[in-house]
Amino acid sequence: MKRYVYINDDESAHDLYCDNRISNRKYTVLNFIPKNLWEQFSRFMNQYFLLIACLQLWSLITPVNPASTWGPLIFIFAVSATKEAWDDYHRYLSDKKANEKEVWVVRNGIKKLIQAQDIHVGNIVWLRENDEVPCDLVLIGSSDPQGLCYIETAAMDGETDLKTRVIPSACMGIDVELLHKIKGVIECPTPNKDIRRFDANMRLFPPFIDNDICPLTIKNTVLQSCYLRNTEWACGVAVYTGNETKLGMSRGIPEPKLTAMDAMIDKLTGAIFVFQIVVVMVLGIAGNVWKDTEAKKQWYVLYPDKGPWYELLIIPLRFELLCSIMIPISIKVSLDLVKGLYAKFIDWDHRMVDLETSTPSNATNTAISEDLGQVEYILTDKTGTLTENKMIFRRCCISGIFYGNENGDALKDVELLHAVSSGSPDVVQFLTIMAICNTVIPTQSKTGDILYKAQSQDEDALVQAAAHLHMVFFNKSGNILEVKFNSSVLQYEVLETLEFTSDRKRMSLVLRDCQNGKILLLSKGADEAILPYARTGQQTRNFVEAVEQYAHLGLRTLCLAWRELREDEYREWSLMFREANSTLVDREWRVAEVCQRIEHNLEVLGVTAIEDRLQDGVPETIETLRKAGINFWMLTGDKQNTAIQIALSCNFISPEPKGQLLSIDGKTEDEVRRSLERVLLTMRITTSEPKDVAFVIDGWALDFALNHYRKAFTELAILSRTAICCRVTPSQKAQLVQILKSCDYRTLAIGDGGNDVRMIQQADIGVGISGREGLQAARAADYSIGKFRFLKRLILVHGRYSYNRTAFLSQYSFYKSLLICFIQIFFSFISGVSGTSLFNSVSLMAYNVFYTSVPVLVSVLDKDLSEETVIQHPQILFYCQAGRLLNPSTFAGWFGRSLFHAVVVFLISIHAYAYDKSEMEEVSMVALSGCIWLQAFVVAMETNSFTILQHLAIWGNLAGFYAINWIFSALPASGMYTIMFRLCRQPSYWISIFLMTAAGMSPILAIKYFRYTYRPSKINTLQQAERLGGPILSLGTIEPQPRPLIEKDVSTLSITQPKNRNPVYEPLLSDSPNATRRSSGTPFDFFQSQSRSSLPNYSRNCKDN
Amino acid sequence: MSSSSAAAFGSADSTAARRNTKRPKYSKFTQQELPACKPILTPRAVISVFLLVSVVFVPVGVASLLASRKVVEIIHRYDAECIPQSNSSDKVAYIQNPSADKTCNITLNVHKHMKSPIHVYYQLDNFYQNHRRYVKSRNDEQLRDSEKWDSTSGCKPEDMANGKPIVPCGLIAWSLFNDTYIFSRNNKNLTVNKKGISWKSDRDHKFGKDVFPKNFQNGSIIGGARLNDSIPFAVSNNYQCMYEIYGSPLFFYEQLSQQEDLIVWMRTAALPTFRKLYGKIEVDLNEGDTISVILKNNYNTYSFSGKKKLVLSTTGWLGGKNDFLGIAYLTVGGLCFFLAMAFTIIYFVKPRQLGDPSYLSWNRNPGGH
Repeated sequence: MKRYVYINDDESAHDLYCDNRISNRKYTVLNFIPKNLWEQFSRFMNQYFLLIACLQLWSLITPVNPASTWGPLIFIFAVSATKEAWDDYHRYLSDKKANEKEVWVVRNGIKKLIQAQDIHVGNIVWLRENDEVPCDLVLIGSSDPQGLCYIETAAMDGETDLKTRVIPSACMGIDVELLHKIKGVIECPTPNKDIRRFDANMRLFPPFIDNDICPLTIKNTVLQSCYLRNTEWACGVAVYTGNETKLGMSRGIPEPKLTAMDAMIDKLTGAIFVFQIVVVMVLGIAGNVWKDTEAKKQWYVLYPDKGPWYELLIIPLRFELLCSIMIPISIKVSLDLVKGLYAKFIDWDHRMVDLETSTPSNATNTAISEDLGQVEYILTDKTGTLTENKMIFRRCCISGIFYGNENGDALKDVELLHAVSSGSPDVVQFLTIMAICNTVIPTQSKTGDILYKAQSQDEDALVQAAAHLHMVFFNKSGNILEVKFNSSVLQYEVLETLEFTSDRKRMSLVLRDCQNGKILLLSKGADEAILPYARTGQQTRNFVEAVEQYAHLGLRTLCLAWRELREDEYREWSLMFREANSTLVDREWRVAEVCQRIEHNLEVLGVTAIEDRLQDGVPETIETLRKAGINFWMLTGDKQNTAIQIALSCNFISPEPKGQLLSIDGKTEDEVRRSLERVLLTMRITTSEPKDVAFVIDGWALDFALNHYRKAFTELAILSRTAICCRVTPSQKAQLVQILKSCDYRTLAIGDGGNDVRMIQQADIGVGISGREGLQAARAADYSIGKFRFLKRLILVHGRYSYNRTAFLSQYSFYKSLLICFIQIFFSFISGVSGTSLFNSVSLMAYNVFYTSVPVLVSVLDKDLSEETVIQHPQILFYCQAGRLLNPSTFAGWFGRSLFHAVVVFLISIHAYAYDKSEMEEVSMVALSGCIWLQAFVVAMETNSFTILQHLAIWGNLAGFYAINWIFSALPASGMYTIMFRLCRQPSYWISIFLMTAAGMSPILAIKYFRYTYRPSKINTLQQAERLGGPILSLGTIEPQPRPLIEKDVSTLSITQPKNRNPVYEPLLSDSPNATRRSSGTPFDFFQSQSRSSLPNYSRNCKDN
Repeated sequence: MSSSSAAAFGSADSTAARRNTKRPKYSKFTQQELPACKPILTPRAVISVFLLVSVVFVPVGVASLLASRKVVEIIHRYDAECIPQSNSSDKVAYIQNPSADKTCNITLNVHKHMKSPIHVYYQLDNFYQNHRRYVKSRNDEQLRDSEKWDSTSGCKPEDMANGKPIVPCGLIAWSLFNDTYIFSRNNKNLTVNKKGISWKSDRDHKFGKDVFPKNFQNGSIIGGARLNDSIPFAVSNNYQCMYEIYGSPLFFYEQLSQQEDLIVWMRTAALPTFRKLYGKIEVDLNEGDTISVILKNNYNTYSFSGKKKLVLSTTGWLGGKNDFLGIAYLTVGGLCFFLAMAFTIIYFVKPRQLGDPSYLSWNRNPGGH
């Protein structure tokens, strides 16, 4: 599928492709109502309410005024629809602003100012500095003589550094005036959302350059929503417009996430629905029987002898309507409201503001805060998430000499400084590679300082370090790089750039040394991507050891290498490279293959070691969260040893003898299987012991494990509390999340870079660190935080409170609905099972909408334990994780409570208001008052901390109930005229109400007190301890008994011993699974460092009770 | 891995500073730090609450019970005895026979002094005024507003008779209770005041002063029941008369707001057993008095075996005789006292320190609470 864009052709493309009108809108004015209604009614609950509301229109069966259902239903729908309309209106406004922005476009050979929405595919668009790009353009001209321009892509991928874009070679050198008249064709793929790839070709028509196909890459494009910077002007051909731009295509509403709690609420709703059907059937049958036997004798009801054919259905349907309030219509609105507030609390939280960058935390997804409290697995990225991603050059090893080993900083190592000043050729070459083998852009600030704009932090660190060592990369103009070394200026001309990809794991530069005209290949990359290609005869053992050593210190290593190219070799290769670059299919793979043809026979110069410091508070955060029973997995693209070192230093895994690290590896499928089985066996044996067993697996073995031994790996995943996965690709990260999710674990993925986006989107909760690798992850995530340590507060404070609050709110909503519904059911037994409603329509409607919803909404302020106590005792999170506060058994408790309260209210109302006082309206108001009083006390009793707002809501609501009813009682037209005034004057009314309250609440208080004092949950104990002000001691950290190691058929090795690493490396791009793999051969690691306290063992089965 | 020269090169920081994010506003509410009172269930508080409840409830219960006991009540069931022996085999046929003599004499003995006003109620059993077909079978607009005399929605099947709307329409009005009682003491007539037995608000606002019955009890379908054709007139001198001729005979009707029996009847009862006020006797009755009642046993409760009772009752501050509240209060008060005692004993026998850290052992199965 291809698209042919004819440059500057004013007619042909107009109808073929859409114009540049951007539309993010979900609705139009015309389709808003039907589409929105359709969306709302696609939810089961709404369908149910609509069915009920429609049934109520049939006056024969409706027990109450249809308004009592239609009112709330319309209200709820109006609220949702208004919210949607509001959002959509804002989208419309921003679209309109973008669409009506004026841009310079060539029309009929003349530059004209038109609105952005009128741009068509093939138009030439002119941009000036700081303009926003209106659509996806292929560059054809720029003010820069080399055809470069700089763009900022922050709006697209969140990366704030400038990126260079270059005009295609075919357009190079075309006169500015001629650009208006340029004609040609661009062959490009159909619109897609890959913002990193654009595989196209361009051919210009005569008189420009005839029949020369020029390959285009993403480098030649500027995409919609980027900004042109540091470039006076640029112009380009529109290739994708409107909603078909790369940004437009990648826009999309991610699938809504459903929390475990929502799923539970849905399940309970389903159960209530079934219960309701049963009640309706029983009462329907009873009603029909009563009608046929008794009602015929009750002459005053004047039943006709023969009814219509649907006669048998009438009574069941009436009961269906009467019982429809069992499922509270208000629950959805209430939940949406409180969830919005939970999210706001996260946004507002001052203790989660990153002070360095003053970035507040942000909850993008407002609907899943409860899930935070139920997290069981955290999958974390390493770089930038646990570490600061602030790279600092620490050590290096040049030609076998280690620098920086003594003082930990190579820049201060006198030996290195000496070597630099003496001009040792290896060292100088090493520094040259450090300084120029990269994609860094140096810019000179006004004060004369040189600022580097680097895409990768490692490159930045290397260039900075080289500058410190007097190799200053100070200018890059077009293809010419200028480096100042000890006051002499060296120039290099870049011939080709072999870019870094995560598959190749290295980058190279082919350049011509302007001093002597030699062609050089400079490479830098991961050890396994460089060392295997060392020139035959070079001893790489030194470098392997250096890499080992640095990795053990948790440093990131890069190997630097170079070689000289012969002129003919370069020319031959260059043709292939160009050809590969202009292929449309599998370009990336082809390019990689061609690159490999030249990147061999390298002269390895040395190894650099870059430190990436741990973020503040990472070890404490991990320890606290692990105490809370959360399991951690580290998924990193880094090397195994670096990962293990970082893991050790941040409490991720415990050192021996507390912890045990099992390694799964193997070169072949069979080896991986054996290794996996061995680890699994060890894991099974050790689960019962208080020992932290972790496993480590690398991307290669993981691939086998995921594809061939998924079941065994899944079992391992369940058994293991900790895992380290190194060298994993973004899609493997997502797959791991998928595996844990498939075992019904709640997963949280946290990361900061673009490679974490898939994992973040896949996980139940995605948390992005708004860090240095750009905002890509933060934008895709449900929550974005500034620092890893905020995760503790996010989960333990916000997640836990949200869970507790929603648990109460949802169950309470059912309680109050069931309460009034049970009373209706009881009443039907004394009203001839005919489906009479005891309560009038106004009361029924107001009960759900006003009387009972306000007090419960302030439960969002309730705190069962103070934040400090929770942080101090993170184990308490267990109650949320295991769903202790909302599950069928707690729900049964609320169900029983509502049944009990209904009995109390009903019996007292009908007995206190018997005989001469048994007037329908009065009895109904007595019963309703009883319900209101009871619910106020229930909320009060379930509230743990009363703020002024809670008092206002609970007791104010009670007063509000009387106020509303007095108003209704004052209206002669209302059904309850004077009723409430009469009741309030009767002593028997107040006596009955107090009786109901006391009779309803005292057993509940007694039970609660008994459980609170004699069967306290951990929460209760902490509450008591906290409020009595005593010292809170936790006896959780009991030292486990030392036990002999299980050393089956796996050998144990000390980490301090030299590793017998197999120095055989395989080409990464090789497709053969049988290629030789390095094997670490260290299934067990002893970690010799101080012992740490053990962690509590939670057994998973206790979740079920 | 700690290093002193962490920020040796800080060029990357400039990008971070560019992010223009402002700190969220601070308030106690946004930080969830509103001052809160956090009560806990200490033994002392809980036991005091229970004691307090029992201390309040027991006296109130005693007072309620006394109030109820002070009320003197005479209940006489007459539905069975007012059927002549000859008709006892088919009571329904007797009650439905319009030509049969329904007069019945009963005597009531006053066993205790009764202070005026003495309320005269009729009590019906097994009568479902709250039945769904029945309770809604009325039209309040029509009752209130003479203009709306033809609005009979909801009154089915008693909305029209002979093709014309019925005022008042509906089953409730149609099934109006029509037994009458004439009381005498020592052969001297006892006046029963039938004025003011209904709610004033009903008379003033629910039943219109200019609304007159039309076409009432004139229908062809009388579902097995035999109803009196005319509204029993209240003993009153300010009634207006109006003539309406539907063939013959000639009917006299009073305005609805004066038809207090109808108003009382139309305040439907929530329970199948209920009493409705018939009138008030405004003299004291002495202990030992014999009241003889001449009653017209017109109303059909026989087809559904409902009981009919005549009730004479005084009232107290809690209303009529009803021991329920008193007993319930004593029960709840007693229960709370018992709980308070039980908790006190448990507290002393098995003291339990609140917030005891020994219950915080996380290593045990945390589910075992």
